[in-house]
Amino acid sequence: MPEQNLPTTPKKLVVGWFSFTCCEGCTILLSELFNDYLVEWKKVVEFRHVKTLKTKNELRDLDVAFVEGAISSDSQAEELKKIRENSKFLVAIGACACTGRPSASRNDFGDEALNYKILWHFNQFEYTDTVRKLDEVVKVDDQVPGCPMNAEILLKVLEKYLKQFQIV
Amino acid sequence: MHSGDLSIDTITKIEGAAGLNVTITDGKVTDLKFIIKDYRRFYPQVVKGKPIAGVPSFLSRICGTCSVSHLFAALEAIEKSQEIMVTEQTKLLRRLAYDALMIRDHALHLYFFVLPDVLGIDSILDISDDESDFGHQLLHDSFDIKRVGTNISNAIIGAAIHAPIPTIGGFLKQPDPKQFPDLINQLEKIRPQVIRGIKVFFDWKAELKRNSDYLCLRNGGRFDFLEGEIVNTDGKRVPEKDFYNFLKSVIIPYSQAEGYVFSDTHEDYLVGSLARLNLCLDQLHPRTRADIGQYLAFFPSDNIYDNNLAQAVEILHCIDDAIDILETITIADEKPIKLPPKPGVGVGVVEAPRGILYHMAKVDGKGNIEDYDVIVPTSQNQINIENDLKKYFNDNLDKDKETLKLEAERIIRSYDPCMSCATNFLKIDWIEE
Repeated sequence: MPEQNLPTTPKKLVVGWFSFTCCEGCTILLSELFNDYLVEWKKVVEFRHVKTLKTKNELRDLDVAFVEGAISSDSQAEELKKIRENSKFLVAIGACACTGRPSASRNDFGDEALNYKILWHFNQFEYTDTVRKLDEVVKVDDQVPGCPMNAEILLKVLEKYLKQFQIV
Repeated sequence: MHSGDLSIDTITKIEGAAGLNVTITDGKVTDLKFIIKDYRRFYPQVVKGKPIAGVPSFLSRICGTCSVSHLFAALEAIEKSQEIMVTEQTKLLRRLAYDALMIRDHALHLYFFVLPDVLGIDSILDISDDESDFGHQLLHDSFDIKRVGTNISNAIIGAAIHAPIPTIGGFLKQPDPKQFPDLINQLEKIRPQVIRGIKVFFDWKAELKRNSDYLCLRNGGRFDFLEGEIVNTDGKRVPEKDFYNFLKSVIIPYSQAEGYVFSDTHEDYLVGSLARLNLCLDQLHPRTRADIGQYLAFFPSDNIYDNNLAQAVEILHCIDDAIDILETITIADEKPIKLPPKPGVGVGVVEAPRGILYHMAKVDGKGNIEDYDVIVPTSQNQINIENDLKKYFNDNLDKDKETLKLEAERIIRSYDPCMSCATNFLKIDWIEE
């Protein structure tokens, strides 16, 4: 069949949405934004990896990865690196991803706070000594600060990538 | 499936990270682990030594979806420790904000997480764009329902997530009553959509029954998420302040969250919407009962899938309760009640969307936190979830692996578990190797 007769699928921005250590308030705010934006977004965005919304997820050829939360362990760091390797751009979502806080509050614990209960958890689940913000582990291209994330800034960042990838 | 291992690395369409490992030998479940994977942030430890003023707002960050529950439980605990009696207006506005939380939070779970199971699809993203499609209609119902919850939250407490206006002793700013007629209209408008949803979850013929005990707050006067005594199926009644001793924590070495059983019988139990409807059905709003009486005949129910129906019913109850408050409340220009700090212990128990939530604050004479503890609903449900899953697998091993996985995820989802909440400190007095 000649190529020009194939049905053309409009190019969409391929995104993933990921969560590490946090309250997931940014994901909840995203679900609020869906009330008003999902219909429009479905025309221009392919949600390839969103565990909150679907079971069949693929970590492959993402244009933009949006990542909330801070990094509590080496296994989380490895997971984040894998996301980075499979994404052209990576955006830190919310205060924990951008600054580590408040999820990284345990970094301030002195010896008196590190009681046996907490140390048991650290050992049992291989916590790293400190909680890290994303750019301490991988390159971060954009940030959406706020607790929860600032929705206006998220919309601007999304718009920027939609234009950059010539989707709109 | 007769023998072998079944593993779900990541359970999807829930809040937070959890997995499931099951070992089946000679047609029987020999091992089953429901694994909560969220890393702890140790917030109740973080607030130790901190001045009480900032603590409720900080602890609302335990959970993104039920942040208002943590905020209000912390406010109640600290206010009780300081013997601050809030005004009737504060109580009513908190009840209103709480109705808004339930409307938004339940709708998120029911429509974004569970509805795909009902429709037999993977995700709401797969729902047709055709406006005549029933799934499309329901999804757009959910947008309208959640939006009203958020609008009320914005009007009363400044935001739906990490609300800035509630404070120790009251509200930093009173709402503008000029917004109330419009909010009432919005609530009336979504009522038929909510009733359509209730029918969908009523008609869904999924079932898993096991004899669970149920636990919830019950108020002598009305269906209430914020005030009452804790009651169980046998009619035991426990005041909020004694709740801690009513439970025994259990270390689950593979899970980041501890589990709980009753301290006397060591039996598991269930908290959440299903427990509330099983034990407080008679207290639902009269208008709710009048309009959906035929769907309430199922309660009390031992079918875990009816937790979904119970949440849908609670959305309608909260709409009717919110309308009542908005129609009758008068707003005086009150300031938060402030007293000089003093040493004391306070307990705040509320019904979070997923069940009983306990906060305990011990405050020193300078108004700093000396000790803090939190017990959340998903931790309390953890052992019940495992026992339900064991029953499910033992009864259904003739099914193929993919069906077993799919249905196990549905069962877990019915609990509406929240792992961000679940991994919070911590009633441990001992470590069991």
